[in-house]
Amino acid sequence: MFRNTYDSDNTVFSPQGRLHQVEYALEAVKQGSAAVGLRSKTHAVLLALKARELASYQQKMFRIDDHVGIAIAGLTSDARVLSNFMRQQAMSSKMIFNRPVPVNRLVSAIADKAQVNTQEYGRRPYGVGFLVIGQDNSGPHLYEFSPSGNSYEYYAMSIGARSQSAKTYLEKHYESFADCSLEDLIRHGLHALRETLQQDKELNVNNTSIGIVGPASEHETAAVRQGGFRILENEAVDPFLQTMIAKDSGDAGNAPAAGSSSSAPADEDVQMSG
Amino acid sequence: MTSIGTGYDLSASTYSPDGRIFQVEYAGKAVENSGTAIGLKVKDGVVLAVEKLVHSKLLVPDANRRIQTVDRHIGLATAGLLADGRNISNRARDEASSYRDIYRSPAPLKAIIDRLGLYVQAYTLYSSVRPFGISTILGGVDENGPSLYVVEPSGVFFGYNGAAIGKGRQLAKTELEKLKLNELSMREAVMEAARIIYLVHDDAKEKDFELEISWIGPESNYTHVHVPKDLFNEAEAQAKAALETFE
Amino acid sequence: MDHFPTNWGRPRHEGFDAYGTFPIHQRPTNGPKDAFKEGIERTQQPIVTGTSVLAIKYKDGIMMAADNLASYGSLARFKDISRLHAVGNNTIIGAGGDMSDFQYIQTILDDITTEEFTAQDGHSLGPAEIHEYLSQVMYARRTKMNPLWNALLVGGVKDGKKFLAYVDLLGTTYSASTLATGFGGHLAIPLLREAVEGREDTLTEEEALRIIENSMRVLFYRDARSLNKYQVAIVTEAGVKISESLKVETSWSFAEGIRGYGAQTQ
Repeated sequence: MFRNTYDSDNTVFSPQGRLHQVEYALEAVKQGSAAVGLRSKTHAVLLALKARELASYQQKMFRIDDHVGIAIAGLTSDARVLSNFMRQQAMSSKMIFNRPVPVNRLVSAIADKAQVNTQEYGRRPYGVGFLVIGQDNSGPHLYEFSPSGNSYEYYAMSIGARSQSAKTYLEKHYESFADCSLEDLIRHGLHALRETLQQDKELNVNNTSIGIVGPASEHETAAVRQGGFRILENEAVDPFLQTMIAKDSGDAGNAPAAGSSSSAPADEDVQMSG
Repeated sequence: MTSIGTGYDLSASTYSPDGRIFQVEYAGKAVENSGTAIGLKVKDGVVLAVEKLVHSKLLVPDANRRIQTVDRHIGLATAGLLADGRNISNRARDEASSYRDIYRSPAPLKAIIDRLGLYVQAYTLYSSVRPFGISTILGGVDENGPSLYVVEPSGVFFGYNGAAIGKGRQLAKTELEKLKLNELSMREAVMEAARIIYLVHDDAKEKDFELEISWIGPESNYTHVHVPKDLFNEAEAQAKAALETFE
Repeated sequence: MDHFPTNWGRPRHEGFDAYGTFPIHQRPTNGPKDAFKEGIERTQQPIVTGTSVLAIKYKDGIMMAADNLASYGSLARFKDISRLHAVGNNTIIGAGGDMSDFQYIQTILDDITTEEFTAQDGHSLGPAEIHEYLSQVMYARRTKMNPLWNALLVGGVKDGKKFLAYVDLLGTTYSASTLATGFGGHLAIPLLREAVEGREDTLTEEEALRIIENSMRVLFYRDARSLNKYQVAIVTEAGVKISESLKVETSWSFAEGIRGYGAQTQ
């Protein structure tokens, strides 16, 4: 395995001014199964591929507050710590100002927390990446958080194993997302997510999660609080899976994935409990 | 670099035999690889501008800011590791707010840069932390008029009339030296800032970028804000036009 | 250990015991003291005080008024105090009660609005958020048996919504289209309700100003801690405006006819 002198510690710069430990942490994100996020003028959605864990499937999405939710890729236990922190921030904004926390500030808060772990000895950078969707006074948003302590707002983004393939799909279609209906947006998301699958696998009601903020879809049966964040799993996902267009029909509007991920073939989020 | 592999460059708390601290120098490398940021101090105020390299076309334009606001009258632009830039700006905000709490008046820039220099320097002393991988331009207008400073990863800081950090700093400095900064109006300074950023970007033949400009002066009621959209568009159009005549 | 060299080797201290009357074991020390041995006493009353604040909703937003007096007991101590304070671009607060506590409240509100400004992300605190924050602060302080001795009105307009609410030293809050603190709660509220209720969306600025002025006049006639100099704040979608000091026109000629007042002898 490749090794160098400057990579054993996160408090050491390489002569090129790089931080190898942080770069390795970004690799940990690529070990997790993929998640995709998209947003339109009215909605933001998350779609995630759940890896199998014995008889069940892992949890890829977490609810933070009525108006915010996340999808993760990487170390699940790190994600739980960070999402707990996000919940506390959201609650304190509610308590102190009676205001749903602005989504960008929530993301910046965990990014700032992650930055400290890239600068101080005796810590390691977080090994998890997030896609965060939420809506506030300025509409629906999608953010990416990464262990380097960076956060960015995107029209669409993917993280996790083979996410480059999904990204290629998204880059090809993102200009149409702004005016998409919720159903179309989710269909685009599923098509992007499909690009990350290993050969002979496909999306089904067991391995697919959908997270939504924005007004309810005709396919959603459960009563949805006005525009709040909700996660669809199992049968609830089925109507959306039905809307997908088969890959080889040529109508799916996507070319064969150009980029392929260089990461390891494993696509299960690491469980640190061993 | 001759230092590599000698073992004297693995910690900020280690001197090399010839008295250098390589970790601080390496931190400087992180700055050199980043998009250019410049600051112009003119008669009435300060203008900051950055070249924001766009790593993906999926990014939402205007949303991911690299120029931060420290206090009502102070702005800050960094070059280097973006996340470190946020750490510094948060620290600067804390210092500005603590100054307000103690003295019940807006902080002079000198007070903030003094404390910020100490903060950055502390990260060059210990093996348990790494230095900041950023240079910081701090600009603002206080009771003594406009001022502009740069803090380096080593913790040293100097005052400037025109400052440039990041990848294109050499060319930017050359361009800044040609200007009669203390005769420029705020609007002229915005035009020049846009032109310089476009020029250094073109020189480097980099990927896509987004221009970001902020100011503090009479037009902004002496608060640090991004320049109004129409002025921004005008500056960007002029910068592009200047680039064509330049070639 | 007594760390003060001047105490070393001295059986007694001239400052306390010039004639050596102290037994040695009672000599004063500079050692650690229990600051709470005698118990502590918290604020029992306001010291420099402001009186009523009035506020109403009208067509374009919120109008608030308070006079310029800060009293020291019954003494009209400061006659040029502004008891109205703008918080950001959408909110006005007005305070009765202790003026030093109000000044403290102004600084903490300025702190959070500066913090909000520096985020530069398009989000800002509106009147509802400021009121919630203040109510949390006031309630927390009273729970610590150390209240900020004020009654505050918070008003403003944001995103097309008018907001007007009250919070006081107990953390009590309520909301109405006409509000008043202090003496105004007794004298002005009936007048304001009569004039405003049901007409919140039709009253013009001039009408609202007349209603406010009338109530300020009544308060100046009847409230011995008031002043005939006051300011009016107007919050609309366009922002906050606090007026210069205005004067209440009063006429005291009727006083002559009052028995027991002035120069009458019987």
